[in-house]
Amino acid sequence: MNIHEFQAKKLFADNGVPVPEGYLATSGIEAEFAMRRLGCPVAVVKAQVHAGGRGKGGGVKLVKSPDECRTVAEKMIGMNLVTPQTGAEGKLVRKVYIEAGSDIDKEYYIALVLDRETASVCVMFSTQGGMDIEEVARTSPDKIVKIFIDPTIGLQGFQLRQLTFGLKLNATESKELTGFVKKLYAMFMKYDYSLLEINPLIVTKQGKMLALDGKMNFDDNALFRHKDIEAMRDFTEEDEREIEASKYGLNYIGLSGNIGCLVNGAGLAMATMDIIKSSGGEPANFLDVGGGASEEMVRNAFRILFSDKHVKAVFVNIFGGIMKCDIIAEGIVNAAKELGLKIPLVVRLEGTNVDKGKKILETSGLKIIPAEDMGDGARKAVEAAKSHK
Amino acid sequence: MAILVNKNTKVITQGITGKSGEFHTRLSHEHAPRFVGGVTPGKGGTKCADLPVFDTVAEAREKTGCNASMIFVPPPFAADAILEAISAEIELIVCITEGIPVLDMVPVRKALDRSPKSRLIGPNCPGIITPGDCKIGIMPGHIHKRGSVGIVSKSGTLTYESVGQTTRAGLGQTTCVGIGGDPIIGTTFIDLLGMFQDDPETESIIMIGEIGGDAEIKAAQFIKENVKKPVAAFIAGQAAPKGKRMGHAGAIISGGGHGTAAEKMDALRAAGVAVSTSPADIATTLIAHMKKKR
Repeated sequence: MNIHEFQAKKLFADNGVPVPEGYLATSGIEAEFAMRRLGCPVAVVKAQVHAGGRGKGGGVKLVKSPDECRTVAEKMIGMNLVTPQTGAEGKLVRKVYIEAGSDIDKEYYIALVLDRETASVCVMFSTQGGMDIEEVARTSPDKIVKIFIDPTIGLQGFQLRQLTFGLKLNATESKELTGFVKKLYAMFMKYDYSLLEINPLIVTKQGKMLALDGKMNFDDNALFRHKDIEAMRDFTEEDEREIEASKYGLNYIGLSGNIGCLVNGAGLAMATMDIIKSSGGEPANFLDVGGGASEEMVRNAFRILFSDKHVKAVFVNIFGGIMKCDIIAEGIVNAAKELGLKIPLVVRLEGTNVDKGKKILETSGLKIIPAEDMGDGARKAVEAAKSHK
Repeated sequence: MAILVNKNTKVITQGITGKSGEFHTRLSHEHAPRFVGGVTPGKGGTKCADLPVFDTVAEAREKTGCNASMIFVPPPFAADAILEAISAEIELIVCITEGIPVLDMVPVRKALDRSPKSRLIGPNCPGIITPGDCKIGIMPGHIHKRGSVGIVSKSGTLTYESVGQTTRAGLGQTTCVGIGGDPIIGTTFIDLLGMFQDDPETESIIMIGEIGGDAEIKAAQFIKENVKKPVAAFIAGQAAPKGKRMGHAGAIISGGGHGTAAEKMDALRAAGVAVSTSPADIATTLIAHMKKKR
């Protein structure tokens, strides 16, 4: 789950991590008042969208007066912001964050991420902030230092010294960084992050260290114990189809193709997308209906696929282990009868109760295209999508 | 001989009185009668799936002599269930549960490191099966056939594809192991590739990976140095976009493009593995590779 910058900054502030002062604004007037409240000579108007690279698309602007702040905010709110990460369609800006301008002396980078290999929390710090960290790793790896914290032991003093001496920070910066790392690590463990990244972590001309941006990804598996974080979810930033799917406990990700997929099991669902592509088609989605899916879940999954106007054909690929083929077949038949079958439907069934399932489809009276195996199914689906107008 | 599970395996189910726990205990026991009891705190002394239920794993071990456990405990309590099994010195722990918070698995990994007696498979996995001898998990037993191919996979249903294909080709399987799709797991590709290489009954190996992390790249290196038997592989997610979680918690291609299917396929090919580009051709890829190797 992702959250907005303003929410991340609030979490930082609540947990003692220094950030510049700032206020949320949903209109030009609010933005003007925000800057007056800040009482600073320079402020930054920042578009609040779930995507990085905002500066490149004109989503981050410096302003020198409350009036200018209002004008800039008015233009930004309601704009369609296109950044290298939003895709060509961009994202609608609904709110902006008005932040006090900082007297930036240096820009650093810090991130905390769980390292699978060692089952520890990796803290990555670099003196090359404000740019793409992968670029830094390629061109100047000596400017990055990492420590690995074993959560069963905790963060140790010598590890903090590895960071500060590793990149030869001066005494003041070392002290500031030490404080930062301790607080960030505490937050990481408290909120079950999968990634916590600050780029840039700035040092002001007055020697203070501040988080100028914050990217927070939470472990979806842990949200059940963080109702407050779950409440921060911004549905307007998500794909409508995905929101609909999650209501029914369906694991769905919208893509941009025209062949709708319904599969049981994440690995098989990924492989189904792969085989559709290699057969010359484009998947419209990833959909794992899971092992314990009920007939109702299956029916709703179909509703979502059928209501997607990009979808020209549907491929159902089921290898039933826990999932029973007759349950899937019933769901298909009921959905088709309820919604009407207007596009080609290719079904491949295999595994538990396969004969029962095939019979249900055969005797349904519906025009369903059966497939022998998944290769056959993918080819038929691609063909059907091409010829369906 | 197969690996890890056989006719001498004695299994208990932790979470046996839950719907899934009971259902899969029955089905697995039907495939091969290896189950000896179950554990649900508070239900000790009762029966479930015609087996005795105990309050703790320690008691179950004492009373039944079990050497394996199948875990069907809900996500908030699953890591604790694994730790309990480790503490009771259960030799093989198979955790089916999907959705365990990643940070909960950290103490589990540390406990495993300190307890070499216990091996964990999973979590978030379909389980392990040596067809005819022992099934611990949710895979459909009837599609399997005892034979010569060792299968190791991150995915459940995609494994069934390979099983279906190798059964139809007449090759059959020695043991199939689902290692699970989570970021922190108990047993890796490398662990199992080594076991298959040393198993006299296994003649060839199929490996199924997916996007996210670099386990397959490390496995490729291991294969180059240690595995002489023919290996075929398929990596799911060639078509997956960056940054999105494709079902499995571990299946995310991160920022720098690391963990892509293409990278993994290249590394495996360089190690002499026959890589199938289609999930429908896994067995045929293996058979062609075996012919070449002869």
